[in-house]
Amino acid sequence: MLTHLRPALAMTLLFTLLTGIAYPLAMTGIAQAIAPEAANGSLIERDGKVIGSSLIGQGFSDPKYFWPRPSAAGKSGYDGTSSSGSNLGPTSKALMARIQGDIDKVKDGSAPVPTELVTASASGLDPHISPAAALYQVPRVARARGLPEATIRDLVLRQAEGRALGFIGEPRVNVLRLNLALDGIARRPQG
Amino acid sequence: MDVRAHISLFDPAVLRGAAGSAVAKLDPRSLVRNPVIFVTAAVAALTTILFVRDLAGGGDAGFTGQIAAWLWFTVLFANFAEAVAEGRGKAQADTLRRTRADAVARRIGAGNAVETVPALELREGDVVLVEAGDVIPADGDVIEGVASVDESAITGESAPVIRESGGDRSAVTGGTRVLSDWIKVRVTAAPGGGFLDRMIALVEGAERQKTPNEIALAILLAAMTIIFLVATVTIEGFALHAGATVPVAILSALLVTLIPTTIGGLLSAIGIAGMDRLVQFNVLAKSGRAVEAAGDVDTLLLDKTGTITLGNRMAAEIVPASGIAERELAEAALLASLADETPEGRSIVALIHERHGVTADAAGGSFVPFTAQSRMSGIDIGTRQIRKGAVDAIKAWAGGALAPAIAEAVDRIARGGGTPLAVADDRRILGVIHLKDVIKDGIKERFVELRRMGIRTVMITGDNKLTAAAIAAEAGVDDFLAQATPEAKLELIRAEQAKGKLVAMCGDGTNDAPALAQADVGVAMNTGTQAAREAGNMVDLDSDPTKLIEVVAIGKQLLMTRGALTTFSIANDVAKYFAIIPAIFIATYPQLGALNVMGLATPESAILSAVIFNALIIVALIPLALKGLAYRPAGAAAVLRRNLLIYGLGGLVVPFIGIKLIDMAVAAIGLA
Amino acid sequence: MTLIGWLQIALAVGLVLATVAPLGAYMARVYAGEVRFLAPVENGFYALAGIDPRREQSWAGYTMAMLAFNAAGFALLYGILRLQDVLPLNPAGMPAVPPDLAFNTAVSFTTNTNWQAYGGEATLSHFSQMAGLTVQNFVSAATGMAIAIAFARAFARSGATTIGNFWADMTRSTLYVLLPLALVMALAMVLLGLPQNLSGPVEATTLEGGKQAIAQGPVASQLAIKMLGTNGGGFFNANSAHPYENPTAWTNLLELWAILAVAAALTATFGRIVGDRAQGRALLAAMLVMLGAGIVACYGAEAAGNPILAKLGLTEAANWEGKETRFGIATSSLWAVFTTAASNGSVNAMHDSFTPLGGLVPMFNIQLGEIVIGGVGAGLYGMLLYAILAVFVAGLMVGRTPEYLGKKIGGREVKLTMLALLISPMTILVFTALACVWPGAAESLANQGPHGFGEYLYAYSSGAGNNGSAFAGLSANTPFFNITIGLAMLFGRFLMIVPMLAVAGSLVAKPKVEPGAGTFPTTGPIWVGLLVGVILILGGLTFFPALALGPLVEHFAMQAGDLF
Repeated sequence: MLTHLRPALAMTLLFTLLTGIAYPLAMTGIAQAIAPEAANGSLIERDGKVIGSSLIGQGFSDPKYFWPRPSAAGKSGYDGTSSSGSNLGPTSKALMARIQGDIDKVKDGSAPVPTELVTASASGLDPHISPAAALYQVPRVARARGLPEATIRDLVLRQAEGRALGFIGEPRVNVLRLNLALDGIARRPQG
Repeated sequence: MDVRAHISLFDPAVLRGAAGSAVAKLDPRSLVRNPVIFVTAAVAALTTILFVRDLAGGGDAGFTGQIAAWLWFTVLFANFAEAVAEGRGKAQADTLRRTRADAVARRIGAGNAVETVPALELREGDVVLVEAGDVIPADGDVIEGVASVDESAITGESAPVIRESGGDRSAVTGGTRVLSDWIKVRVTAAPGGGFLDRMIALVEGAERQKTPNEIALAILLAAMTIIFLVATVTIEGFALHAGATVPVAILSALLVTLIPTTIGGLLSAIGIAGMDRLVQFNVLAKSGRAVEAAGDVDTLLLDKTGTITLGNRMAAEIVPASGIAERELAEAALLASLADETPEGRSIVALIHERHGVTADAAGGSFVPFTAQSRMSGIDIGTRQIRKGAVDAIKAWAGGALAPAIAEAVDRIARGGGTPLAVADDRRILGVIHLKDVIKDGIKERFVELRRMGIRTVMITGDNKLTAAAIAAEAGVDDFLAQATPEAKLELIRAEQAKGKLVAMCGDGTNDAPALAQADVGVAMNTGTQAAREAGNMVDLDSDPTKLIEVVAIGKQLLMTRGALTTFSIANDVAKYFAIIPAIFIATYPQLGALNVMGLATPESAILSAVIFNALIIVALIPLALKGLAYRPAGAAAVLRRNLLIYGLGGLVVPFIGIKLIDMAVAAIGLA
Repeated sequence: MTLIGWLQIALAVGLVLATVAPLGAYMARVYAGEVRFLAPVENGFYALAGIDPRREQSWAGYTMAMLAFNAAGFALLYGILRLQDVLPLNPAGMPAVPPDLAFNTAVSFTTNTNWQAYGGEATLSHFSQMAGLTVQNFVSAATGMAIAIAFARAFARSGATTIGNFWADMTRSTLYVLLPLALVMALAMVLLGLPQNLSGPVEATTLEGGKQAIAQGPVASQLAIKMLGTNGGGFFNANSAHPYENPTAWTNLLELWAILAVAAALTATFGRIVGDRAQGRALLAAMLVMLGAGIVACYGAEAAGNPILAKLGLTEAANWEGKETRFGIATSSLWAVFTTAASNGSVNAMHDSFTPLGGLVPMFNIQLGEIVIGGVGAGLYGMLLYAILAVFVAGLMVGRTPEYLGKKIGGREVKLTMLALLISPMTILVFTALACVWPGAAESLANQGPHGFGEYLYAYSSGAGNNGSAFAGLSANTPFFNITIGLAMLFGRFLMIVPMLAVAGSLVAKPKVEPGAGTFPTTGPIWVGLLVGVILILGGLTFFPALALGPLVEHFAMQAGDLF
């Protein structure tokens, strides 16, 4: 064992320098140079203030905004320093109670509620909902904003992203961007 | 007397004896040698204690009692299987033992004084005098004299054999009887260490040591026992999480049904039976290891003469020299052979009678026998000298070169694997006789079989390369070693072994001994020398070299039986889980009733049925364990596919049916 | 299940298969010492460490070197975690990691498990993530690869005494395989949107006027090696479900490829080292059979969803709880199977919220010993151990002393193989039972009833199997779980490797027998079927009671509408 001591210690230190210091620092330098926006977290600024990241979901509860999925990140959801899913299993009473509560909250009319709108995402920071989940909320948002449903629906459809190459990924709408666009309509004079 | 005392699988005497020893084998010291069965016995004992507790404390004693009883039956059935196998061996050993009456020996002491001592007092190196009517008291070598010996005690062959000092027929076996004349024998084995003693010990299984594969398999089974022990014990903890407790008797039942009791119980029976099958075949293996090695043989060295070809060459044709009438040659050849009593000579006479219709009368002639110096034989009729013999010998005798046509014929015959004999009349060469090796009937097909089994055959012959190649091609062996010397043979074995191959060979002469010892499987002929018999690890009592092939098959059969029953045993567990797991937890989780795919009547009957099946399957498989799997030569992939289908798939399906049937019976009788 | 779902699955599996041959061939050259483009670095390392890379080691020497190196790595990582509060690059001001968690985490990363009892963004400084975890992500993977190669050499050589030089194998794995792949992948990841900075959390003011702190860091560099080295330790708690670790379908696809790429290619490397490429393909085929079955079962269960939810008046029955919108049911299920097939353990969906059968598949994958493609190196050597076992049973059934790749398998090999294969199941079962009876352990459970039992079972399976994924509802950051899972990881890694290397030592000394017609061929469908059968029967029999009391009973309960 002693004969292996020097190689073991030396190799540990050398690889720490190479893979633990040099590699991430070099990558950081390169990333900051070639893709500074992504490298710094794809942050969105409005009026010079960071209002979030286009990749990170944000909590909304105001009826005039589209709502994201339920979040288990942090105590009150959408905590960007505490990502987490609910980790409740399919036979959990707590899960069923929570889902029932979420259904009661988003339920609008008699149409069935889109499943992923009342199920928590894995990260708790899911920035997306499905186009169906967005469209389901159109009447409520329109009512809250006093805008025609068609305007809101058009906005949703414009914001919706499809599958890459027609089959990779899922159709989705970025909730933060959609709500930003929604605020954009509100700011612009109608017509 | 024949070693092959044919004992039926269900010989009542053997079965009675086995039932007794099954109980005797409950001795923990005996059980501990088989970890799987030992665990079963320990669990059975534990369950018995629980039964007593239940009796006293008012638990479900009826159920616990039945479980305990069937666990003991499992142990007893396993013991029984081993006892049956041993019993069959013992019965055979008894046959052998009867030949060894309490013999006395006449030892030749200092100054040639003869003293009578009990055979048991003989030591290695003693010299004894054996006369007509005496039983040879111990194994040894004849150092003086010639005698005819009745060896039927060990070979089953009633014709007496000649034993004489020197040469390859000097070995005698203790227990055989001298019929005529006398011999002096130097004892080569101490009492109890003789050939017959070892045979008895071997067939009784007394000296049985586990073979390498058996050890490896036993380790696998022990490891599986450990894992199932852990899997079962931890269930108690898992159950606590669900707020349930599982009675220890039920966990005991689950454990015993899961651990590989089937193969564990039959393992030693399979080994003993494998040995036994070899004995039935009149081959004695000195160790189980040798039998197992036989199954692994990659290369088979076979002596040409006696194994591949009939021992003797036969005259096939005669080729006259140019200008010589065929009839003249035929007549001369006939005259030269009339008095030749060797098989070759007789075959020449027969050929000429049949093919040429020539008869001749040698009246008044004087025969000239074959000698090593002259290398020819023949007849002198008056001044007329007719000779036949090796071509160069005749050429020298006739004084002169061969006619080109004759030389060509000689060449052609040699190339074809035959032996040319020249015939000369008054020093005039008339032509040649073509003597041909005759390939044994059916041997070619055997080689095809061997090839399919993946075994390479190498023909060993003293012939020259040309002859050897021709015979090898005709017989269909894969390779040959021509002009083989004992050294060359040894060399060949070592070369094969260096490539990682296992080599089998048979031999009889003293000069075969090193090769027999070097070979992984060395089968010595019983007629061979003591040295050869000591060097080999098997002895063929019939002295039939072709048996090597069957020995290989028996070795394979032994391994296959173990493998198949292991697979069967493990595959059985699937059904047992489906019987027992829902039964255990049905009270806590009624949803698990969905796993009761067999629709077993009650949880108790399900558990009981699984335990009963587990015990009975051992008994049901005893005949298979003793007889071994049916073996057909085929490639490894084909054999595996077949055995997987029968024992793998069968092992999955059979217990589902069996447990269901037992459950119906248990429910009908109202046992649970 | 949808066609588009299956197309995405086919694409990911296809990508993995496409790189098997080229990457496998490349690695064979690396281990033969033919790739030397970083020779100055490599030679420099050897010189500084006093290593002669050409001096080969016996199995014992190899094992000792490996253990010494891992011990040193453990010590350094433990030290960094305990001292992170005073070390640099700690913009969020994280305190020192407590001893039990530091022990668990240091074991976790040196054993290539990457079980995370903590939330990365809430516990660790950037320095800990980089100089601590990222380093072990490289070298623990390299250790596994080195050992697999050493094991392969045992089959390739005849009558030898040495199985290679650990230092050279480990160094080459890092320098010529992992580091270049990680550089390229990290770069691609940055271009696809991953952050790579050294900042503290960014404070955002949300549209509704609330505050949202968003954790930042050198994510891309760590993610690349976490995927390639089958480590799976996420920068963030949510791992590859976190949008910063896996923002799009493209990153998802690339990460899926990276989970299996190296491990799958090692089968081809193995084939080349033993000089019979069909042998490597047969192992891969057996792996793919089980992978395929797992995918069908898991995707099927997740797409069928939860009948209890279906009654609540929702649009679809599919199980969306714990899954990200952008990945969907198909690639979330696929990831669960990939990550547990390999000993990766990263997740892009929360296994704890999977349907019972959907969650059973990843759990069973781990319990089988992570040999369904498996961890880099670990998958191959685990599979080879099963191959030895399968060949033993098969050999007996064809009537020959079993041999694998020309090496006769005897009692010693069977003993050591069983020892290596037994350690993980025993660890899992014993620790799970212990947790069931340990006072207070149940307080860590997020779920009641059989699913709660599943959380224990998954935790110890993941630990002993060196996977690192979790039924993450279990609050495992308690002294009991930190210590027992830490031990499970140590047992599952080193108590398996040591007997396994002993098998290598025993095999390398044996002569290599040329195959003949009597030799059972270890290629082709029968062999693949047998190998899969042995694995499933052995794994199934060992874990049937546990699985019956966890996922199976939960499945039947869910079908019946029972809640716990």
